[in-house]
Amino acid sequence: METLFGIAVDGVAYGMILFIISVGLSVTLGLMRVVNLAHGAFAMVGGYVASYAAQSLGLPYPAALVVAVALTVLATLPLEKLLYRRIYGHANELGQVLLTIGLTFVIVATVNYLFGPTLKRIPLPDLLLGTVSLGPKAIPTHRAFVIGMGAVTLLGLWWLLERTDFGIRLRAAVDDPAMAAALGIRTERLYMATFALGTGLAALGGVLGAELLPLEPYYAIRYIVLFLAVVAVGGAGSIFGSAAAALALGITDTAGKYLIPNFGEFFFYAALILILFRWPHGFFKGRTA
Amino acid sequence: MMSATPSAATSDRTDAARMTASSPPLAAPLKTPRDLGWIGVPVVAVAGLAAFWLFPSDLGLLTRILAAALYVLSLDLVLGYCGIATLGQAAMFGTGAYVAGIAAVNWVADPLALLAIGGVAGGLIALATGALILHARGLTLLMLTVAVTQIVQEVANKARDWTGGSDGLSGIDPNPVFGAFRFDMVGRTSYLFALAVLVVALLVARRIVRSPFGLACRGVKEDPLRVSALGGSPKAYLVAMYAVAGVFAGVAGALTAVTSGIVGLDSASFSWSAEALVMLVLGGTGRLYGAVIGTVAFMAVHHILAATDPFHWMLFIGLFLMGVVLFLPGGILSGFERLAGLLRRKGDKA
Repeated sequence: METLFGIAVDGVAYGMILFIISVGLSVTLGLMRVVNLAHGAFAMVGGYVASYAAQSLGLPYPAALVVAVALTVLATLPLEKLLYRRIYGHANELGQVLLTIGLTFVIVATVNYLFGPTLKRIPLPDLLLGTVSLGPKAIPTHRAFVIGMGAVTLLGLWWLLERTDFGIRLRAAVDDPAMAAALGIRTERLYMATFALGTGLAALGGVLGAELLPLEPYYAIRYIVLFLAVVAVGGAGSIFGSAAAALALGITDTAGKYLIPNFGEFFFYAALILILFRWPHGFFKGRTA
Repeated sequence: MMSATPSAATSDRTDAARMTASSPPLAAPLKTPRDLGWIGVPVVAVAGLAAFWLFPSDLGLLTRILAAALYVLSLDLVLGYCGIATLGQAAMFGTGAYVAGIAAVNWVADPLALLAIGGVAGGLIALATGALILHARGLTLLMLTVAVTQIVQEVANKARDWTGGSDGLSGIDPNPVFGAFRFDMVGRTSYLFALAVLVVALLVARRIVRSPFGLACRGVKEDPLRVSALGGSPKAYLVAMYAVAGVFAGVAGALTAVTSGIVGLDSASFSWSAEALVMLVLGGTGRLYGAVIGTVAFMAVHHILAATDPFHWMLFIGLFLMGVVLFLPGGILSGFERLAGLLRRKGDKA
């Protein structure tokens, strides 16, 4: 019982981190059709900026979080204009994969040059260090905070895409970019805004998840397969698909580590093959962006 | 795909018939200057022998480069001639290496037999997984190929008694080639053996891509709908070529196992798959020799730069890769061809 509860809390928290990072990838993939292997690198940059802001500049945790997200978005926007805009579209997966692998390598090398190869931490404020009691059980505050932030992200994205003007334009562009442009939607600006949204979410997930996915220069390469798996199973462009896939993946992975520590990866990838064999467009193929 | 076939066949039957009769649409773009013709194979052989005399102290590295070139060549068959973007070629390489290595440790000692065993193993795993995953496209296919590689690596990691797990498989000690040429400590035999295998593989690959089957695969790459309208099954061609490439990758893995004497878990890793893709694209896809040139360039620069600091290497290769995608989409070979075309045009004017 104790173990099951531990699995549930850790699994859901882990799944929420995966969700926050992957949903950014899912939205950009759904709209721009870019297989962005540098997404993990963007998450890593967010984490490193927050770590630097908190440890070297002494900013409090919330400020470090905001600075990290803002700086990551500012730093990656020129990349959208200079690099990504040339590889948008369906037909060029190979070019996308190679360009974004190249970009990942450059970011990894740069981060290592600036911050060194050692593990970086983002010190948590006292507020997040204790535990909160939940009936007879107690769960670590940080896990509860992560789960809460994941839920807020989910609801916020749903509201943004389903209830705002921006969301309507975005969904129109996802369904038919040429028609959307013909109707007067400025798709280039839309692409830029969506790219910023995606990298912002990556940075947010990178900062929040620093406890679970430790920050080191190879972060960008180590975890990208996980993020891509979430998007492939969830279906590109589907928010709730990403959330369900991320939670399922987080819980299975955590359960595997607790219960059958030897064959976790094997079952994970076997399940991935079976799911994608049956549902090549993702388990939760949705039409919403 | 199948649902679209009848409508295309019925509505455009006359059109399609006329096009296939008057201007063979699949054969037309094949006679491009990118085909270096017969000259490439002897050039590789001569350059390989020259390297043998020029760098006698680096034969270990050179042998690794040759085996890797064969591995990248197998990826070229899949990517360059079928248009399958895959991040899982190391699954076949690793399977070939491990099966050949296990056979060498337990039963077989003849190097050529070991290559054959590795090739069969690579081909079988490619056939089995290809039939399972090749209906997918894009990100889904990439993820499936990654997943296959991870499973192969995980199995190799867990089957400790056979593979040595994370310690690697060692103790591979093959007999002399043809019973006459012993594998020496300096690696002369290894190098020449690997060079011979690569040259033979290039000839075979050249024959395959120019066969009717190879042309059909290119047809699938250019326009799968038309191939099925003409009565072919695109997926069958893709799976067949995937299996053929699996044989090449398996032989490359076995070659590595035979010449180096050890097999490690990294031979079936995601990064080894990604590196194959990088090497191939650096050299240029769809032209066989691009695989050789890309591998030589990549591994030579890697050897020089990574010796100082692996991160210097990552920065360099990252920038280089981005440059190739943005400015030289056909790889190094296409750069040479463009240069040659430019010079020729200048010569014509003068």
